Amino acid sequence: MPAYSYAPQPFVRPPELDGGATGAPVAIVGAGPIGLAMAIDLALHGIRSVVLDDNNVVSVGSRAICWAKRTLEIFDRLGVGERMLAKGVTWKVGRLFHGGEEVYSFDLLPEDGHKYPAFINLQQYYVEEYLLERAREFPDLIDIRFLSKVVGHSASPEGVTLTVETPEGSYALAADWLLACDGAKSATRERMGLDFTGQTFEEQFLIADIEMEDSPFGDHGIAERWFWFDPTFHPGKSALLHAQPDNIYRIDLQLDLGADAKVEASEEKVIPRIRAIVGDKPFRLDWLSVYKFRCIKLERFVHGRVVFVGDSAHVVSPFGARGGNGGIQDVDNLGWKLAAVLKGEAEEALIESYHEERSHGSAENILNSSRSTNFMTPKTPIEALFRRETLRMAHDQPFARRLINSGRLSLPCSLEGFALQTPGEGKLRPGQPMLDAPVGNGWLLPLLQGEFTLVGFGEIDLPDVGVRRIGIGQSGKGYETRDDHGGYALQRYGTGLAYLVRPDGHAAAVFHGEVPEAALKEALARAMGKSCEREIA
Amino acid sequence: MRQVYDMGLGARGDEVYEALMTAHEGLSEEESHALNVRIVLLLANRIGDADVLKDIFETARSYA
Repeated sequence: MPAYSYAPQPFVRPPELDGGATGAPVAIVGAGPIGLAMAIDLALHGIRSVVLDDNNVVSVGSRAICWAKRTLEIFDRLGVGERMLAKGVTWKVGRLFHGGEEVYSFDLLPEDGHKYPAFINLQQYYVEEYLLERAREFPDLIDIRFLSKVVGHSASPEGVTLTVETPEGSYALAADWLLACDGAKSATRERMGLDFTGQTFEEQFLIADIEMEDSPFGDHGIAERWFWFDPTFHPGKSALLHAQPDNIYRIDLQLDLGADAKVEASEEKVIPRIRAIVGDKPFRLDWLSVYKFRCIKLERFVHGRVVFVGDSAHVVSPFGARGGNGGIQDVDNLGWKLAAVLKGEAEEALIESYHEERSHGSAENILNSSRSTNFMTPKTPIEALFRRETLRMAHDQPFARRLINSGRLSLPCSLEGFALQTPGEGKLRPGQPMLDAPVGNGWLLPLLQGEFTLVGFGEIDLPDVGVRRIGIGQSGKGYETRDDHGGYALQRYGTGLAYLVRPDGHAAAVFHGEVPEAALKEALARAMGKSCEREIA
Repeated sequence: MRQVYDMGLGARGDEVYEALMTAHEGLSEEESHALNVRIVLLLANRIGDADVLKDIFETARSYA
């Protein structure tokens, strides 16, 4: 019996079954974290969507548990960040062990002055529950349909038609766009016969959630990320320990090559292994799963009116927490663009920039994830030898510590050099995600996200071109200003600089000393896709 | 005398490690051993400072 109690969501008979129509411009397939976040993001822009899911409960098993700072900032914009922070386990220290000895520890957020921490751990079922509750706050904009399985779709340059199976019959649903948020095994992708191949790692990993009163972190008390190479309790392999809310702990164990997944996931096999880690403290098994890791992405994320978002477009191994976090960054990137296209404010070509930017982001995630997984699973004796000697020297050599790769944890990707950004130099360069800072009585990022914003730091005037303006470390202007509380903002951004910020919180342009109206308008037009060329696929 | 070395590869350590593994791909153990020898000789030549090299050899040897 899992600790979490699953509430089945009701099936609501849709108008299409009785000859009616919904008329929502966007159909979202999949009500996981990505599909739900997508629907909320669009709703915040006033765009209606129908969300279809074949099942009727939130995530079975804790699955994605590590949510990175940038993701939390996006969740904050969607209205669920604070709730997740309150429930989640905050952590920022990673400890690395080799055999029975600690080699070193690292702090993922060594500076303060940020609303959100480096990471929280929160089970995917809570993430989905909170997103679902939030989505329900938009009854006129978000139509969530459970027990509604999409079994077919057809697409034209003008729109899509989905065939949906339900307990009460099948129907056709028409929409302008189909967003495939249907996960790693995406049926949408399979129906379209799109090539989805890449590196598959032969090693299997056992993922176990245990519930226990005492902390397996022992005297440390505080939640951290512990990673072992060749631990005494699991010789020759690797292990990972994470804390979750509700006294649940996640243990990942690397298994022998060719191990039988069924046998490995049996309690007779699992319990002694966990005993070896947690000692004789009482615990209860909550969830078990055996994985093989893959690093794969689609060549194109945009296929006419069908757009792939999250795991349907890219799959990474879990080391580095780049799956769910990468998917939420997809949502962040696509939401404002699709809304602008549907409102007639931008050309359809703007959607092409979603493919360019997020394909780049996922390639970065896959590169890091592959390197980590390769380091963890040496494929030849020589690879094993290099790793062994790196680990041995790491006990007292700082250079060797930096070569140990137990997962390079998710960082937001920079969109520098892509078409929407106006090249420039500054403390922060166009394309990089804006950094949080305390301002006035609150935080900077919530003031910048959600719509195009011109933000000025220190001595610089912001002209009115119809874009939201905010001044930091200024006063007596004809627009909103906030104090630079504690000096963080000006230190992070420089003084006498202004930045044009996209709705997804990435800088699009930077201005020094003054903001010429013509240059600002040009940067804004560029960020809305005026320079995007659509490839004819 | 064992020296202590800081990271000299900046943010590109993973990239270099990966390139090193790629260099060994598909070789037998004997061929890998020979490849390592060639790499060491090339790196020694590139570093070009005999004292620095002797410190490195001594440090590496100290773990044997």
